[in-house]
Amino acid sequence: MSDHETTETDDRDEEEPTGEPTFEAAEYADGTVTYPPHTVSPNGAERVGTVDLGDHAARVVTWTTSTATPPGVREPNTLAIVEFEMGDDYDGPPVRALGQVASRGDAVDGDDSGDADVDIGDRVEPVYADDLREPGAGIREPESQDWDGFRFRPVE
Amino acid sequence: MERVAIVGASMTRFGQRDAWVRELLAEAGAAALDDAGIDGDDLDHLYVSNMASGEFEGQTGVPNALAHDLAATPAYTARIDQTSSSGGAGVYAAWQSVASGASDLTMLVGGEKMTHRTTAEATDVIASLTHPVEYKHGVTLPSFAGLTARLYLDEYDAPRESLGKVAVKNHKNGVDNPHAQFQKEVDLDTVLDSPVVADPLRLYDFCPITDGSAALVFCPESVAEEYVPEDQYAVISGIGGATDTHVVHERADPTTMGGVADSSDIAYEMAGIGPDDVDVAELHDMFTILEFLQSEDLGFFEKGEGWKAVEAGVTDRDGDLPINTSGGLKSKGHPLGASGVAQVYEIYQQVTGNAGPRQVEADTGLACNVGGFGNCVTTTVLEGSQ
Repeated sequence: MSDHETTETDDRDEEEPTGEPTFEAAEYADGTVTYPPHTVSPNGAERVGTVDLGDHAARVVTWTTSTATPPGVREPNTLAIVEFEMGDDYDGPPVRALGQVASRGDAVDGDDSGDADVDIGDRVEPVYADDLREPGAGIREPESQDWDGFRFRPVE
Repeated sequence: MERVAIVGASMTRFGQRDAWVRELLAEAGAAALDDAGIDGDDLDHLYVSNMASGEFEGQTGVPNALAHDLAATPAYTARIDQTSSSGGAGVYAAWQSVASGASDLTMLVGGEKMTHRTTAEATDVIASLTHPVEYKHGVTLPSFAGLTARLYLDEYDAPRESLGKVAVKNHKNGVDNPHAQFQKEVDLDTVLDSPVVADPLRLYDFCPITDGSAALVFCPESVAEEYVPEDQYAVISGIGGATDTHVVHERADPTTMGGVADSSDIAYEMAGIGPDDVDVAELHDMFTILEFLQSEDLGFFEKGEGWKAVEAGVTDRDGDLPINTSGGLKSKGHPLGASGVAQVYEIYQQVTGNAGPRQVEADTGLACNVGGFGNCVTTTVLEGSQ
């Protein structure tokens, strides 16, 4: 499922369609939120809606800079696992994502250098990128999945 | 349920080979048949552990090809793909076939041909096992290792050098393995000064890209002595398979491999033993950090203490619990579908007293084969018949 799908085709969704890219996670009947969305929650509960993680800041759990990247991937490629700040009302398991780290500063686009400055515990915000890697350069069928999504940019 | 014995084994030299996957499988398969003193047409079942011969080489249908090449028709054949744990999953399938009574004689051959591909291409074939939301960010299995290693070192206050000592230990063990891709020692400075691949991990923290094959022959324990002397077979006393999440970041603790813990719990219970009863182990050290994680999740050491065991020499060949006497994937090489089979090959040699200069005192051995980044795991316990 695309990170940038709007919610207009899903009658379970509570958000109004905006046409803006969304960082879509799934919400389930047991209150759990997961990224990416699955058919059911880790406890087997049915999906009841979506959550846009693009509205949530996150903290870096861990990170690495990969210097041996596959075809069509920026080199170097700094990646992080981040944990989102879901608010006091959320009591489910941690909501995390893995993604590329964007450079500090304002400019974020497909040409981001990939040699980002980040550390465990840093606060980050999701920033949208049209192409995270070159579709079709690797083994995966280009039409089988989306290639846009959200990087994480340190904000402090 | 029948107890299952291993009565024959072989492996090719691992490394950069001219042979293609069909030839590698046939080389190991023929040698294992010879080791067990049987012919291809004696087999009821023939399994091939292989992750990606279609993607690497454009060769599919390898089990049927092998059956023909070894004159094993009309044996039932199947290909077992569980990514890097295809070998362990093949051991599970072979064990099931005999334990259930469906087969009286089964051979498993694991193999992969990889080195004709560039590192980037091979890395991408392996990374194709990841979820689309991971793949589009350019994640690789080595980058998962870098992410996990950083967290482990931070959480457990482990020194970076302790990871390097895994590589030093396993390369030292590989010197005495004639099948190993690298039969040479490396020192800690070499490991720590090698190029960064996935920070904080460097080149010598990673296994190489490898061609190779390994094979095992299985039968009911009740007839094992028809094939080999009574002290020359091993029994699969416990085996367990388990999965963890496909999406790595969804695990509660990224430094815990739940599939390792769950599969070993099953294997220990079946064997009626605990981790303290294991004399020797082959772990899936595709990356040095994985030896720490598995040694902890198998229950050999407390969580966060695996690195201390390596520092203290506990896992050396002459230590209390030798780990990766074969040299491990790190030194021996990692031809995906062959690796889990080759792990059990090493344990078979150890518990039957045939490991030569690598021999340690071992009645009970364990092999832990991991697919993905802990996504799928098979743990196998072998006991000698002596």
